Amino acid sequence: MVRNRTTPYLYLLPAFLVYGLFLLYPVARTAQFSLFDWPGFGPSTFVGFENYADLLEDGRFITAIGNALYLILFYSVLPLLVGLVLAATLRRGQVRGMGIYRVLIFLPQVIALVVVAVAWRQIYTPNGTLNQLLGLVGIETDTGWLGVPELALSAVGIIGFWLETGLVMLLLLAGMNRIPNDLYEATRLDGAGPISEFFAVTLPSVRGEIVTSMVLTIIAALKTFDLVYMTTSGGPGTATTVPSYEVYNRAFQLKEVGSASAVAIVLTVLVFVINIFVTRIGEERKVTR
Amino acid sequence: MRVSAGEKALNYVVLTLFSLFALFPVITIVVTALGPQLGVAESGPHWGNIVDAWNQGSFGPALLRSLLVALLVVPVALVLSILAGYAFGTMRFRGSTFLFYVFLFGMMVPAEAIIIPLFYDMRALGLTDTIWAIALPQIAQSIAFGTFWMRAQFRAMPPNLVEAAAIDGTSGLTTLWRIMVPPAIPSIATVTVLMFMWTWNEFLIPLVMSPGATWRTAPLGLSVFKGQYTADGALIAAAGLIVAAPIVAVFLLMQRYFISGMLEGAAKE
Repeated sequence: MVRNRTTPYLYLLPAFLVYGLFLLYPVARTAQFSLFDWPGFGPSTFVGFENYADLLEDGRFITAIGNALYLILFYSVLPLLVGLVLAATLRRGQVRGMGIYRVLIFLPQVIALVVVAVAWRQIYTPNGTLNQLLGLVGIETDTGWLGVPELALSAVGIIGFWLETGLVMLLLLAGMNRIPNDLYEATRLDGAGPISEFFAVTLPSVRGEIVTSMVLTIIAALKTFDLVYMTTSGGPGTATTVPSYEVYNRAFQLKEVGSASAVAIVLTVLVFVINIFVTRIGEERKVTR
Repeated sequence: MRVSAGEKALNYVVLTLFSLFALFPVITIVVTALGPQLGVAESGPHWGNIVDAWNQGSFGPALLRSLLVALLVVPVALVLSILAGYAFGTMRFRGSTFLFYVFLFGMMVPAEAIIIPLFYDMRALGLTDTIWAIALPQIAQSIAFGTFWMRAQFRAMPPNLVEAAAIDGTSGLTTLWRIMVPPAIPSIATVTVLMFMWTWNEFLIPLVMSPGATWRTAPLGLSVFKGQYTADGALIAAAGLIVAAPIVAVFLLMQRYFISGMLEGAAKE
C-alpha cells in the first residue's frame, strides 16, 4: 500500500483538535485551577496543594465521598447480585416476546435523568405512589421519603438500582447465552445441582461481563449529578450530596473555584482508580484459574 | 437443551415482574401528567395539561434548541470519529497505541472534570450563551467513544477490502467512503443513536454553559419549570413527558441499534 507517512495523522487531526481543545486541555486547566484560590473573577492566588489539604478536613466533602461509596452499593453491588440471579434464571429460556421485554427493561437507560428525577419525586412525595402502594398493604404513612435525612440517600440509591439493574441483567444474560450447553451437560452428568452448577460454570464464564457492568455502574454512581440536582440538591442538609454535586455547587454557587477544581480532580482520580482496580481483579482471577 | 414447562413459566413471571418494575416510574409520570392540576376537581385524563405545560414552560423553543444542538453535535462527532477510527483501525503508524489510549482516556473523564475551565475560559472569550459553548464539549466527549467504536468496526473488516481498493488506485478518502463505510452502516447507525441520546439528555453542560438561558435545552427547561411550579405535580409530570417523548420515540423506532450499542459498546469498553 503506497501511502504518505503523514496520512494517518491527517485523518486523526480534526478529531484530535476538537478532542484536545475541549477535553484534554480543560482537564489540564482544572488541575491548574485546583492549585489556586480564585473566586471566579479578579486576581487569583497560588496556594499549592492547600485546596487538597483543606478537603481532608472538609466535612461536606468527606460526607460527599461517603455518600458516593454508599450509592455504589445501590448502583453496582445490588444490581449485580439481582442481575446474576435473574440472568441465571432466564438463561435457559427460549422466551417468546423477549424483544418486547428487552425494550421495556432498557427504557430506564434512555429517559433523561431529569425526567427520571421528576418521576421518582412523584413516587416519593407524601401523597405519592409509594405511600399509596404502602396504604394498599395496610401501612398508612405520609413520609416524604426524600425529605428525611436518614432515608433520603437510600431513596436516591433506589433510583440508581432501578436505573442500572436492567442493563446489568441483560449484559450478564448476553454473556451467559454464549456459554456452550455441553459445559452444563457435563456438570449435570457429574451430579451437580443448579446451585453448584451456577458457581462452577456460569459465574466463571461471565467474569468479563461482571467486570464491565461493575465499571459502568460505578462510574454512573460517581457521576450522579443530574439526579441529585433535580431530586434533593444534596439535601436535606448534606444527606445526599455527592462529589459531582459538590463540584457544581462550589464552582458556580459558592464561587470557590479552586476548591471545586480540587474536588473535580479527586473525583476523576477516583473514577480511574476504581476502574483499574475492578478490571485488575477481573484479570487476576482469569490468570489463576 | 430441554426446558420444562415450569421453567418456561417461571421465566415469563420473572420477566413480567421485572418489566413492571422498570415501567413503574414511567406509569407514575404518565398517570400524574394526565391527572388534575392544582385546584381542578374533575377526573378523567386531562390531555390539556400537556398543552399547558408546553405553553407555560416554552417547551417549543427549548425542544428546537435541543434539536439544533444535536444536529450540530452528532454529524460533526460522527464524521470526525469515522476519520479517526479509520486511521486507527486500518493504518499502522508511529504512536498509534499511545494516541489511542489518549482517546480512551476521554471515555472515563467525567464532565465535572472539564466544566469549570470550559465555563470560565469560554466566558472570557465571549462564547458562553452560544451554541458552540454547548456543542463543542459534547462533540469532544462523543468523539472519544465514537473513535473507539469505529476503530473496532474497521478493524473487524477483512483487510483485503482495503488492499483491493488500493490496487484499483482509489485514494484514501474515496476508499473510506465507497468501500469501508457502506458495510459499516449498521454500526454507524448504532453510534449515531447513542450520540443523539447522550446529547439530547445532557444536563450539566447546558446548565453551566448557558447562564443567560439563551441556549436553554429541553432537560434544562424541565429543571427551570420544576422550580417555578413546584407544587403542581401534574404540570411538571406533563413537562417531563414532553422532554422524554422524542428520545423514547427514537428508541422505539431504532431499538435494535440502541440495544446492540449499549450491550456491545459496554462490553468493548
